[in-house]
Amino acid sequence: MGSLWTALEPLLPKVQKPARYIGLEDGSQRPDPQPGQVGWLMMYPDTYEIGLPNQGLQILYEIVNERPDAYAERSYAPWVDLEALMRQRNVPLFSVDTHRAAADFDLIAFNLSAELTYTNVLNCVDLAGVPVRSADRRAEHPLVAVGGHCTYNPEPIADFVDIVVLGDGEEVVSEITEVVREWKTGGRTDGSRENVLRALAQVPGVYVPSLYDAEFDGERLVGIFPRFPDVPEIVEKRTIADLGQWPYPRNQLVPLTEVVHDRLNVEVFRGCTRGCRFCQAGMITRPVRERPAEQVRSMVQSGLRRTGYDEVALTSLSTADFSGIEAVVADTVNDPLNCGQVSVSLPSLRVDAFTVGVAAQIQKARRTGLTFAPEAGTWRMRQVINKLIREEDLYGAVESAYSQGWRRMKLYFLTGLPTETDEDTLGIAELAKNCVELGRAHHKNPSVTVSLGGFVPKPFTPFQWFGQNTPVELQRKIGLVRDATKHSKGVQLKWHDPKATLIEGIMSRGDRRLCPVIEDVWRHGGTFQEWSEHFDHRLWVDTMAAHGLSVDWYVHRHRTEDEVFGWDHLSAGLHRDFLWQDWRDALDHLGLEDCRWTPCYDCGACTGYGIEHVVASAVPPAGGSQGTGQDRSSGGDVPVRLGVKPIAVGAP
Amino acid sequence: MTAPVPFRIRVRFSKLGKVRFLGHRDLARVWERALRKAALPVAYSEGFSPRPRLSFGLALSTAYESLGEYLDIDTWEMWPDLAAVPGRLSACLPEGIDVTAACAVSRSEPSLQQAVTSCTWLIDIVDISAADLGAVVDRALAAPTLMLERERKGNTVTDDLRPQVVALDVVGPTPTGARLHAELGTQPRTLRPSELLAALEPPLEEALVSRTHQWTTSDGARREILPLDATHPMHVGERAS
Ligand code: SF4
Repeated sequence: MGSLWTALEPLLPKVQKPARYIGLEDGSQRPDPQPGQVGWLMMYPDTYEIGLPNQGLQILYEIVNERPDAYAERSYAPWVDLEALMRQRNVPLFSVDTHRAAADFDLIAFNLSAELTYTNVLNCVDLAGVPVRSADRRAEHPLVAVGGHCTYNPEPIADFVDIVVLGDGEEVVSEITEVVREWKTGGRTDGSRENVLRALAQVPGVYVPSLYDAEFDGERLVGIFPRFPDVPEIVEKRTIADLGQWPYPRNQLVPLTEVVHDRLNVEVFRGCTRGCRFCQAGMITRPVRERPAEQVRSMVQSGLRRTGYDEVALTSLSTADFSGIEAVVADTVNDPLNCGQVSVSLPSLRVDAFTVGVAAQIQKARRTGLTFAPEAGTWRMRQVINKLIREEDLYGAVESAYSQGWRRMKLYFLTGLPTETDEDTLGIAELAKNCVELGRAHHKNPSVTVSLGGFVPKPFTPFQWFGQNTPVELQRKIGLVRDATKHSKGVQLKWHDPKATLIEGIMSRGDRRLCPVIEDVWRHGGTFQEWSEHFDHRLWVDTMAAHGLSVDWYVHRHRTEDEVFGWDHLSAGLHRDFLWQDWRDALDHLGLEDCRWTPCYDCGACTGYGIEHVVASAVPPAGGSQGTGQDRSSGGDVPVRLGVKPIAVGAP
Repeated sequence: MTAPVPFRIRVRFSKLGKVRFLGHRDLARVWERALRKAALPVAYSEGFSPRPRLSFGLALSTAYESLGEYLDIDTWEMWPDLAAVPGRLSACLPEGIDVTAACAVSRSEPSLQQAVTSCTWLIDIVDISAADLGAVVDRALAAPTLMLERERKGNTVTDDLRPQVVALDVVGPTPTGARLHAELGTQPRTLRPSELLAALEPPLEEALVSRTHQWTTSDGARREILPLDATHPMHVGERAS
């Protein structure tokens, strides 16, 4: 197991950003593997700059390295320039920690956060010298594992991965390690691969696609069924009950070269119950589990000292909802050891004046820009998606931000939402223009950037039945907003390529029949599809056609209540009838309160697993109405349904 | 107007091994974090986004190694115990970057950019014998001029590099080729090893390049930017792998 460094070193002067490949980060480890130890290669299937900050991989990297019977290193997809040289000189994929060959590890574990990285997964496996199809792998090959949000529908990559891990990885990573250690101790003999996969299928949260058959009746999926009686019919996600028991990463990696989110990141809670209906992350990570404020404080303090960062982000899906937010922020900013040079960022701002107040307290030095996500342009549309921000909340937040010195705002919106009319779409332009007007009272050149994304329905959300808009329709809607803001000084419009949205849509709710499509796209050079300069829409569409698959059927078709989904054999805890009822409620413009502060709706995320919310405060946060409808004193026009929801009985 | 910052610390450091692939901009950020980690006070620039007041000398190309890089750090408070500073900073810097000297310098001293007059380089060339390399060097030194065409601000200009070649000789063979030793002038503009190699006959391609010294001239004599007696012993006698 020698180092590949001497083979790699002469290639590095010839490539862009060679520091991506050298390791040496503060917090990185250089394991010295002992016989019998289980080796994990934690891999992000995109560039170092995107992959290094991934907190999930960093957490698992530390947990595995704390085990006496295992070690972990990291790897990222080499950029196309280095890949070409590696292929030319027969240098295989390597870890950045010790430059060990990827194929020398027992597991290559990918984090999957975006559908367009699937072809990169194949490319990395191939660069490692491992067969891309799991059926072609033998005892000497590593196991290919995937985790992360995209694994809630792993069927499009079912043929390429050995194991899929659902949910929080903190506990299950050790359980998998133990099974793989047994396999190693047994000598990884010929034919033992099937046995270890069978054993792994017994670990809760682990799905082994090769142990299931997908049955089709014409185009329709009949179901995905275990091939053996000991293999579970339904694989449940894993959920850690208490984030406070997992103060990871303890030693966040500090890269030498600039990456995205290049700052200390401290996760303040996991899960979200605001119930935004388009948001898969919110649905699949329930319930809310807060980190004790005291632990957040000490992670911030020791992290800043250790890393030398001058910025810390308090991360979660909605950080202003964290019970201890004000105190933690004040303590960080006022810590004399930080000499006033530390700034705190809240990557997910809530849209209200309270949040801006907190932001003002912390961004004393650098008041550059603020980002809000109203997501939709009219109240009607926001009722449908259950993001119950009133216009006055947005204007209050924006007014407060302008008056406190910010000059630039960024507003995130989705288009192509269920029931969206042109009036809703044009509402986006209206909101943006009004925000600029508010700014004029404070600044000469206020600016609002509207970022418009095309909506992709995701599994395990109430919108999983919805037929995604076509690229033509999305482009038309983008055009509406563009035309409506063309002459408005101060409004900038940015949008996500509707063609990329289409391809994401194919995979988001796709099934196993897409595997050959993904393989073909990869074989024709379709890697780094997240990058606009490499994204090849035609290649995807043509490959779908070549395999006789209809894009329309996968993406644009509305699905019926009785349709069997390719993820029905997986579970995020959420009851399907809860989601269906929520879908019906969406169409009726009915909002749903945050269950942190109301009675439980029995969505299944807690009730199914015997866990509950871990929230320090029994009352909703001060200020806004976003998602909670709490601010009844000043509005009262938020139609929320109280009490336990009636559970509709779904058709069989 | 801003009051002048009263103190300036000049440090010398190495950049060896894997870390040689770190670019200049990234190196600056690594230094900013290291100073915060070491809790050494640094003056910040004024304005919208204050940055620590650091000035690096002549930029080192990415992938070059060095035994002699320099950095000036402005501070409102003199650092205590300068003798302990190299160890304290090295502990906060990545492997391969070690601080080998730290001195207070007067604010009236010229900046590093102005002070450096030449640099000494070791340049590895692969697939060439020491004798062949010697012949190339002899030809270059015997010629009255050493012309190189290069792009500058969108125009093609032809320069004579010869006046900036202070010294050029062959050190000897290496396992893969041979090694050149060169002292190249930096005023009015820096002559880079790659430019020198491009002007040779035939043009050569560099493998590993190391900067070993940066020189200044005072009272007609050449000396290192930080005088050796002001430094801690350099532990970096040979190149890290
Ligand atoms: S089970 Fe009840 S309390 Fe838990 S997330 Fe679902 S609705 Fe909320």
